[in-house]
Amino acid sequence: METCYHCGDLCTGTAIAHKGKVFCCNGCKTVYDILQDNDLSYYYDLDASPGISPKDFKGKYDFLDNPEICEKLLEFNEQDTQIVSFTIPAIHCSSCIWVLENLNKLNAAIKNTQVNFPEKSIRITYNSSAISLKKVVKLLCMLGYEPCISLEDFNKKKKKTDRTLIYKLGVAGFAFGNVMFLSFPEYFEVNEFWLDQYKGVFRALMLVFSIPVVVYSAQDYFVSAFKSLRSKLLNIDVPIALGILVLFIRSCTEVLTQTGTGFFDSLTGLIFFLLLGKFFQQKTYAFLSFERDYKSYFPIAVTRLDASKYFKNRYLENQIPVYQIKPQDRILIRNGELIPVDGMLLKGEGLIDYSFVTGEAEPIAKNKGEAVYAGGRQQGGVIELCVTKGVEQSYLTQLWSNAIFQKKKENELHSLTTKISKHFTIGVLSIALCASGIWWLLDPSKILDVFTAILIVACPCALALSAPFTLGNLLRITGKNKLYLKDAGVIETLADIDTIVFDKTGTLTTASENAIRYEGIDLSEAEESLLTSTLRASNHPLSRNLYNLLQDYDIQTLDDFEEQIGKGISGAYNNNTVRIGSYEYVGGSQVNWSFKNGKRTAVHISTNNTYKGCYVFYNRFRENLPQIFNALHKHAELIILSGDNDGERATLTAMLPKQTAMHFNQKPEDKLNFINKLQLQGKKVLMVGDGLNDSGALAQSNVGIAISENINVFSPACDGILDASRFQTLPAFLQLAKQGKRIIKWSFAFSLLYNLIGLALAVTGNLKPVYAAILMPLSSISIVVFTTLCSYYYGKKISALKNKEQNSKS
Amino acid sequence: MSIIYMLLAISVVVAVVFFVAFILSVRQGQYDDTYTPSVRMLFEDELVKGASKTSKATPQPKTQNNANRKLK
Repeated sequence: METCYHCGDLCTGTAIAHKGKVFCCNGCKTVYDILQDNDLSYYYDLDASPGISPKDFKGKYDFLDNPEICEKLLEFNEQDTQIVSFTIPAIHCSSCIWVLENLNKLNAAIKNTQVNFPEKSIRITYNSSAISLKKVVKLLCMLGYEPCISLEDFNKKKKKTDRTLIYKLGVAGFAFGNVMFLSFPEYFEVNEFWLDQYKGVFRALMLVFSIPVVVYSAQDYFVSAFKSLRSKLLNIDVPIALGILVLFIRSCTEVLTQTGTGFFDSLTGLIFFLLLGKFFQQKTYAFLSFERDYKSYFPIAVTRLDASKYFKNRYLENQIPVYQIKPQDRILIRNGELIPVDGMLLKGEGLIDYSFVTGEAEPIAKNKGEAVYAGGRQQGGVIELCVTKGVEQSYLTQLWSNAIFQKKKENELHSLTTKISKHFTIGVLSIALCASGIWWLLDPSKILDVFTAILIVACPCALALSAPFTLGNLLRITGKNKLYLKDAGVIETLADIDTIVFDKTGTLTTASENAIRYEGIDLSEAEESLLTSTLRASNHPLSRNLYNLLQDYDIQTLDDFEEQIGKGISGAYNNNTVRIGSYEYVGGSQVNWSFKNGKRTAVHISTNNTYKGCYVFYNRFRENLPQIFNALHKHAELIILSGDNDGERATLTAMLPKQTAMHFNQKPEDKLNFINKLQLQGKKVLMVGDGLNDSGALAQSNVGIAISENINVFSPACDGILDASRFQTLPAFLQLAKQGKRIIKWSFAFSLLYNLIGLALAVTGNLKPVYAAILMPLSSISIVVFTTLCSYYYGKKISALKNKEQNSKS
Repeated sequence: MSIIYMLLAISVVVAVVFFVAFILSVRQGQYDDTYTPSVRMLFEDELVKGASKTSKATPQPKTQNNANRKLK
């Protein structure tokens, strides 16, 4: 089968041949034509089939006609110059960058566009007197680059990027280099007359260079040490701050009293390496957000029906920002739109998909007068609602007022480094005191020298670098394997997990595919062909699913087609008729069909007014679930926590290890409380979920991992986002976290060895600046090399696993 | 030998100039996006005159393209 020249998808069904190329759909063909007509066909030379098939966006961006909403979205708005930024999840290759940065070739009113690839965002400068924001957005959509505009963008504050760490690193690196350079004569102890003569100048310069390093670059260590002392804890920053302080004071006194060179090189080097460790640990995924709430899921505007302007049997429609909806307003929700507020159904047939909010797999039918809750997605026809509560008072959004969302998780307190640093600090201080005591008997004049030398050499630079570099490496490895973690601390917590709680819908089952099975009398080929042709004309999600299953049949032009919203569709061709839809609609006569098949979704078929059978939709569970569960069971206790009914209990029991607890019909708050209860029992809980309904549990758990079919779209606030395609790697990730902890322990032992050598020198009173200057970088660099080698050795196993999977598939 | 004062002064000034340049470039946000510019610099004015172009059946793979450009 041929692949589309534009988007690279397989041309299933109807391939369109056009100008010697094949396209999968009209959308792709149109984009090709637009690019071709504007001399932009280089797009296809950069990458093969780089395009994205444009989606239908008719009417979707009407809200951009509202100047108030536009105003909120604009970053800059002055006369003829408007600047707007959008997130475009579809950006994925260099062709995307090229075509988006050449938008001005398509419309001259767009002055300039700049793509930020890691953030998947675009910044457009345009002239609003020549092109409206809506037209800009439509142009993007037409090319397949649909921007993601959500409630989050409303009142978007300019993000301030925190660059202080880079500045600090810059200052420390600058001073380190210069101080090293200035202390070279001292290293070789050249007793050259002139160098001796100018020693004072060199030393003074070193002192001047190290002042900004101590005062500015190292300030975080002092602040952190002070805080931890005040809360009567000894974290790793206490010995570091002590070491820095002693180094600086002793060096200053030596230089000022002209008794020695001081340790300025070690001091600046130490801070430089420590900051480098911090910098390395910071791995951010610019295109992901771990702090999302309902706002990035909700639309920015909604269609309000103005009750005061009613003519020709229609209300006047206008688009208003979601925040302006008031109770008693009448709003219109189209197919596929999200309901942003609680309301009551006034008109139309509601078929509402709450899977993201509650975890229920099947859309719920709502009739006139019934209450509808915010967060559901309307599937089917247009409905009208009477608003009962505003956005922020809705049932769903209330969840975010729970205190758990305000609290930040404290990983640091329990980290391995903090644990060891307590003993370390006490050990170093007692050694220093003992050594001073001994020297008091031997040679009291050297006490101060020895005491400070011990504190200097014991400064746990290598120790402090072990965890950041190991975790930083692991963070990159997991990122490469599509588990995106919020920060390095998550890995340490992940290593201690003893209970894993799974959500069902969307986590253990895939949202993207359904398993469909036909039950009933076999259909003839003509009937199936008619069925397919009829399904093709319908936009109902179930019809689309079925159509995808059946589309191999020839498509005929129907003689007759009728769609009854919420009930079903019917089609006719060559005197044959087919009715597809609910059991009542197709005219079934068996009583209690639903009784026989439980709570499953089904589409019933009748041809020429005789009932034939039905297509039943099942949730499809992810592949290899039993193996994954078995592998995970070795690490931790497993629990299923589902918002759905217990229709799948039997299937799950078969897949899970024996005696796995399963809880169904759990509301979002129930899930949160359940996790909390486990934690009170002293369990370390990993929550694996996907939807808004899990967001409370994800926030409450020790580690919350969101499974996402498309990492660019939406995932609730969490500690990590796992690409759904790598779900089966989850046990390997847990294993990796545990191995990471082991690596840290090894490198602790390694760095303590260095400290012992240094201590031996210091205790005997032999610590010369040059020894410190060698020992400190040597220990740091060897630790970095060691942790990097170890973590990549373990990381390789995960990559090998991935390759094996791919091989077995192909 | 007092020239050493001069030399030291020059070396420090040069170092400070580079340091300031670094700080300024960070402040301007040059390090915020470290990927896109690396792709952007490979683009030339690649407008292809659509009508006259005899289009290739298969687009060139990207790596080959970059290699070509390096040769130019």
